[in-house]
Amino acid sequence: MSAAGLERASVRLAGRAVLDQANLSIEPGEVVGVVGPNGAGKTTLLRALLGLVPLAGGTASLGGRRVGLLKEAERAALAAYLPQERRIAWSLPVWRIAALGAVDRPSPAARQAALVALARVGMADLAERGVLEMSGGERARALLARLLATRAPLLVADEPVSGLDPDAQLLALELLREEAGAGRAVIVTLHDLTLAARACDRLVVLRAGQVVADGPPLEALRPEILRAAFSLDGSLQETPAGLVLAARRL
Amino acid sequence: MSAGRLSALLVLALLVLAATAIAFGEAPLSGVQYVQAFRAPSSPPGEVLWALRAPRVVAAAVVGGALGLAGAVMQGLLRNPLAEPGVLGVSAGGGLGAAAAIALGLAVVPGAIEGAALAGALLAGLAVIVAAARFREPETLILFGVALSAFAGALTALVFNLSLSPMATRDILSWLMGSVANRDWGDVAWALAPMALGAGLCAYAARGLVMMTLGEEAAALSGLPMARMRAASVAGAALLTGAAVAAAGVIGFVGLVAPHLVRGAVRHDPARVLLPSALAGAILLVAADLVGRILPTEVELKLGVVTALFGAPLFALIAARVARSWRA
Repeated sequence: MSAAGLERASVRLAGRAVLDQANLSIEPGEVVGVVGPNGAGKTTLLRALLGLVPLAGGTASLGGRRVGLLKEAERAALAAYLPQERRIAWSLPVWRIAALGAVDRPSPAARQAALVALARVGMADLAERGVLEMSGGERARALLARLLATRAPLLVADEPVSGLDPDAQLLALELLREEAGAGRAVIVTLHDLTLAARACDRLVVLRAGQVVADGPPLEALRPEILRAAFSLDGSLQETPAGLVLAARRL
Repeated sequence: MSAGRLSALLVLALLVLAATAIAFGEAPLSGVQYVQAFRAPSSPPGEVLWALRAPRVVAAAVVGGALGLAGAVMQGLLRNPLAEPGVLGVSAGGGLGAAAAIALGLAVVPGAIEGAALAGALLAGLAVIVAAARFREPETLILFGVALSAFAGALTALVFNLSLSPMATRDILSWLMGSVANRDWGDVAWALAPMALGAGLCAYAARGLVMMTLGEEAAALSGLPMARMRAASVAGAALLTGAAVAAAGVIGFVGLVAPHLVRGAVRHDPARVLLPSALAGAILLVAADLVGRILPTEVELKLGVVTALFGAPLFALIAARVARSWRA
């Protein structure tokens, strides 16, 4: 059974089709990357999947069940979400932020889960610090720790690496890969196509609300797609260090 | 410091302050009279302590507690450290209700002004609940509250405008300035019922306020019944504010300042800040009322005037501190 899926899902905002008959399926154990130029509908696709935006047509499902019919607690048990919005209102201790991913457990277990997740993002020694006293990158890692501390079978992360330094970007994607290795399904939006090609099993390319490619990185980012979706002239190339995008603007 | 220890300390401070406020007042009592007041509560000194000062002090504590709690809830819900109970227009609605009741000559009916104030506050609260279900962004909700506040203010001005009796006009103005003078135990008991209900709703919504720290979308996927918790927090704050306005008129700044005095001690936790905020609000208002009573002015200072005199500069300080934390 797929962890999540969209079937001919459309979303209209202010009369414009932001998502246009999108089909998608995410299986446990895989990391799916959603790529596309600005305004292509990447965030809307994630929000449609999670039932955060009403569909104008089609269906969205989590764990084989229609999203619209799920109760709040049921939905949270099936999917966890790291939104792009990283504003944190109050300077709670970092471990409390991470523990918000474990509100379904009693507080000692939640604290334990938070500390484990913080250690994984390299913030074990900052657990007691106030989160608003930290840099943007550290805040982003604390929020990633919250996502990791959840137990949902599907992790949905919107731009999890934006604002992170190169090392932290690689770490974040490595951790999401570990989660997939442990049997969770992961879907992320990414801007860096080289990173996306290396970190994801499968890429979904969006352009103007439509899915124009869905497959392994080399296939999804073939030259025609790069040209049509991103206005780029080039290709993914295999190097000893992994896939690299070599392209220039059209 | 844990939230529990902080609250215990605040309770102690409140009790000491309340005892001081009951002991001291305009009419100084001698040692013999204090003894008499304790031995015979119905003696003249006993009347001063137990029938005049004590209900007034308790009313100040209860109203201050309600405003402090409502302020902390509003700040949590709106994710804004500068929010306060009045920000959503609930206080202005209460003020309008009372002004209309006074202008209609209902002041002679016992409880009519209080009832009208509570009704006005709850009507405004209902409008906010409907708006909160429609608009998820706190900014939109704040703007809605500003509009509601301005409209209620305009209607109150209209009441002034159309009021024929200068007596009524003076009474409305005096009431709007806020006071706990001449409150009896019945007034206190009457205000406590809606406040207890409001406090219960706020306690229910507390976990949701913590989740709201990360914003609407993260909270929506937390598994908590967020829609219900949002409605409960608005309804709770409206009941607390409405009952406070009904009992003591419009008193600003307590709900804004109280949470800031204790927030650092609970590590900025929007749920654990609730109880200490209520206690800090009670302390602030009992102190403000004591200041208003003992300052040797010709006419006793109104409570709302005292809180605004001290609260407005404090507000500026808080705003400056918040701005620093935003830059960081």
